Amino acid sequence: MRLSRPARAILAGITALILLVIYLPLMVVLVNSFSTSTSLTWPPPGLTLEWWGKAFRSEGALDAVVTSVQIALIATIVSLVLGTLISLALQRFEFFGRDAVSLLVILPIALPGIITGIALNNAFRTILGLQLSIATVIVAHATFCIVTVFNNVIARLRRLGTNFEDASADLGAGLWTTFRLVTFPQLRSALLAGGLLAFALSFDEIIVTTFTAGAGVKTLPLWILDNLFRPNQAPVVNVIAVVLVLVSIVPIYIAQRLAGAEKVPR
Amino acid sequence: MTADQPAIRLTGLTKSFGAVNAVDGVDLDIAEGEFFSMLGPSGSGKTTVLRLIAGFEQPTSGTVSLLGQDVTNRAPFDRDVNTVFQDYALFPHMSVLDNVAYGLRVRGVSKRERHAQAQQALETVRLGGFGNRKPGQLSGGQRQRVALARATVVRPKVLLLDEPLGALDLKLREQMQVELKELQRELGITFIFVTHDQEEALTLSDRIAVFNEGRIEQLGTPAEIYDRPVSPFVAAFVGTSNIFTDALSRVLLGRGGIHTLRPEKISIGRTDAALATERTAAGTLAEVIYVGSSTRLIVDLDAGIRIVVLEQNDAHRVSEDERGSRVSIGWGDRDVVALEKSTAVAAEAGSAPADGQPGVPGTGHINGQVIGQSATEPTEPATETAR
Repeated sequence: MRLSRPARAILAGITALILLVIYLPLMVVLVNSFSTSTSLTWPPPGLTLEWWGKAFRSEGALDAVVTSVQIALIATIVSLVLGTLISLALQRFEFFGRDAVSLLVILPIALPGIITGIALNNAFRTILGLQLSIATVIVAHATFCIVTVFNNVIARLRRLGTNFEDASADLGAGLWTTFRLVTFPQLRSALLAGGLLAFALSFDEIIVTTFTAGAGVKTLPLWILDNLFRPNQAPVVNVIAVVLVLVSIVPIYIAQRLAGAEKVPR
Repeated sequence: MTADQPAIRLTGLTKSFGAVNAVDGVDLDIAEGEFFSMLGPSGSGKTTVLRLIAGFEQPTSGTVSLLGQDVTNRAPFDRDVNTVFQDYALFPHMSVLDNVAYGLRVRGVSKRERHAQAQQALETVRLGGFGNRKPGQLSGGQRQRVALARATVVRPKVLLLDEPLGALDLKLREQMQVELKELQRELGITFIFVTHDQEEALTLSDRIAVFNEGRIEQLGTPAEIYDRPVSPFVAAFVGTSNIFTDALSRVLLGRGGIHTLRPEKISIGRTDAALATERTAAGTLAEVIYVGSSTRLIVDLDAGIRIVVLEQNDAHRVSEDERGSRVSIGWGDRDVVALEKSTAVAAEAGSAPADGQPGVPGTGHINGQVIGQSATEPTEPATETAR
C-alpha cells in the first residue's frame, strides 16, 4: 500500500507525538534522578549521583523491592497453575454452568480495585478470621492475575483445537502425557505472555494491596507513595522509578524476542 | 489371525448431536486386511463413524468391536487403531523424526530404538533424509507421508484415514493413491478410508460403504456399487447416471420402476444411421462437452428427458457434434439397472445441469457430475457435525 507524501508526514507526526507524550515524562524522571534539587523542579539546577547512592543504601526501598518481587512471583505462579487448569476445564470439557464460571473468572479484572480490596479485607479479617500478611496480598493479587493467564491460555487452546490432542491420544498417550508432551509445549509462549502480564499487574498494584497488606508489609508502590512527598526522599523515588523502568524493559524485550523466534520455524 | 473374526464390527451404532442423528443405526463388519472405504457427501456421517471407531466420540447407542473385543467404552489411547487425520495433525514443535517416534515414545520404547524404527518408517515413505526438519518445512504431500509413517510405526491392527488426500492437488493425489495401496499391501493391515471422492473410493477399495444421512445406503465391491447401484442416490453419487423415473421408464423401457443407465453404455448416432442396439430413442443434441479422452453429449430426448452420453474419443468415433442436430441413441437392456430403493440425491448434491433447458420438471433427473470433478471440490471439515 502506498500513501501520499502529506499523509505519511501527518501519520509520522501523530506517531511522534504519541511516543513523546509517553516517553518524555519518563525522561524527566530519569533526569530528575540526577538533579541536585529535592523538589522535582525543572530544569534541574545541577547534576549529582548522590540520590543513586542513597537509593541503593536505603533499606526501606530495597526491602520494598524484595517484598514486591516475592508477592508478584508467587501470585504469578499461582495464577499460571490455576489459570491453565481453568482454561483447560472450560475449553476442553463440557459441564453444567460452564459459561457462568467463565464469566466469574474474568470478572475480577473488571471490578474496581477498591471494591475488591474492601471485599477481601472484610472476608479475610471478619469471616475467615485471618491476620493480614504477605499471604493475604498474594491471594488478593492472584484473584485478578489469573485473568491474564486465563485469557491468553484459553485463546491459545481455542486456536489449537483438539486435533493435536486427539492425535496424541490416538497414538497411545494418556491425558497427562498428552498435556506434558503436546499441549504444554504449545502453550508455552501463551503462558509466558500471560505470566509477564500477571507479574506486571501484581508488581504495580496499589489499591487492593493497601486493603490486604499486613502491618509490616510494604510493597514498592506503597513505599513510593509513602515517600514521594517527603522532601528529602523525592529524588530517591526518582531513582527507584528509573530502575523499575529498566527492569520492566527486560522481560518485555525477552517476551518479544521469544514471540518473534517462535514464528520463524513454523 | 482368527479366521472369521472381523477387524471391526459395528452393531446398531448411533450418534446423535442434539436432535440430529449423525450416525443412525449402522451395522457393519470389516474384514482383516481389507481396504475399506466409507464414501458419502459432507454430513453423511462417514467421518463420525470413523471418529467413533477411533474413540474420539462416544456413541449414543450401539457398540464398536475390534477383533472380537468390545472397545466401545475405551479411550482412544486404549484402542489398537491409529488415525491419519485430514489435516495430518503433526505436532509443530517436534521434528519429523520425533513426530514419527511419538507413539513409540509414549509406549516407553528407548530413545535409540524408537529413533531407529521411526527412521525406518520414514524411509518406507521415502522421507529418510527429512527427520530433522519441522513439519512446517515440508510440503503437503510430504506431511501426508509423515502422518502415514507416524500412524503405522506402532503397527496398529486397523488404520483409519480421514480424507487423507483431500488437501493435495490432483497429480499428487493420484501418486499418493498408488502409494497408499502399496503400503496397505505391504503392511497387511486393515485400512478404513473416508472420502467424498467416488473415483478415489472406486480405485482403492476392496469394498465400499456408501453413506447417506447417517445410514449405509449400499455396501459392496467397487464394481457392484458402480454397476448395480441400489438407489438413485448411489447411482448419482458414484459416477454419472441417467435416472429414469417410473413414468419415463414406462415410455422408454416399457416397464415401471426407477431405472438408471450409465452414460458410457449409450451409443449415439445420426437419426438415419441404424444403431445395432436393443432399444433406441430419438432426440436433439443440446450440448457437446469435450473432456479430452472422451466427449460428453447432452441429448434432449423427445420423450421429455435430458440425458448424458459419454463417447470415447477413440479411432472409431464418428458422430458429428453439432448442437441442435437430430440424433438417435441406443442401449442394451442388460445395462439398464432397476433401482430397489428410491432414496434420491439431496437437493444440493447435484441435479439437472443448470443451463436453462426447457425440460419437463419432475420427469427426469440427471446428475451433471463429471467423472473426476470431485477432485476440485472444497475439502470437507474434519468433523462433519457441529459439536
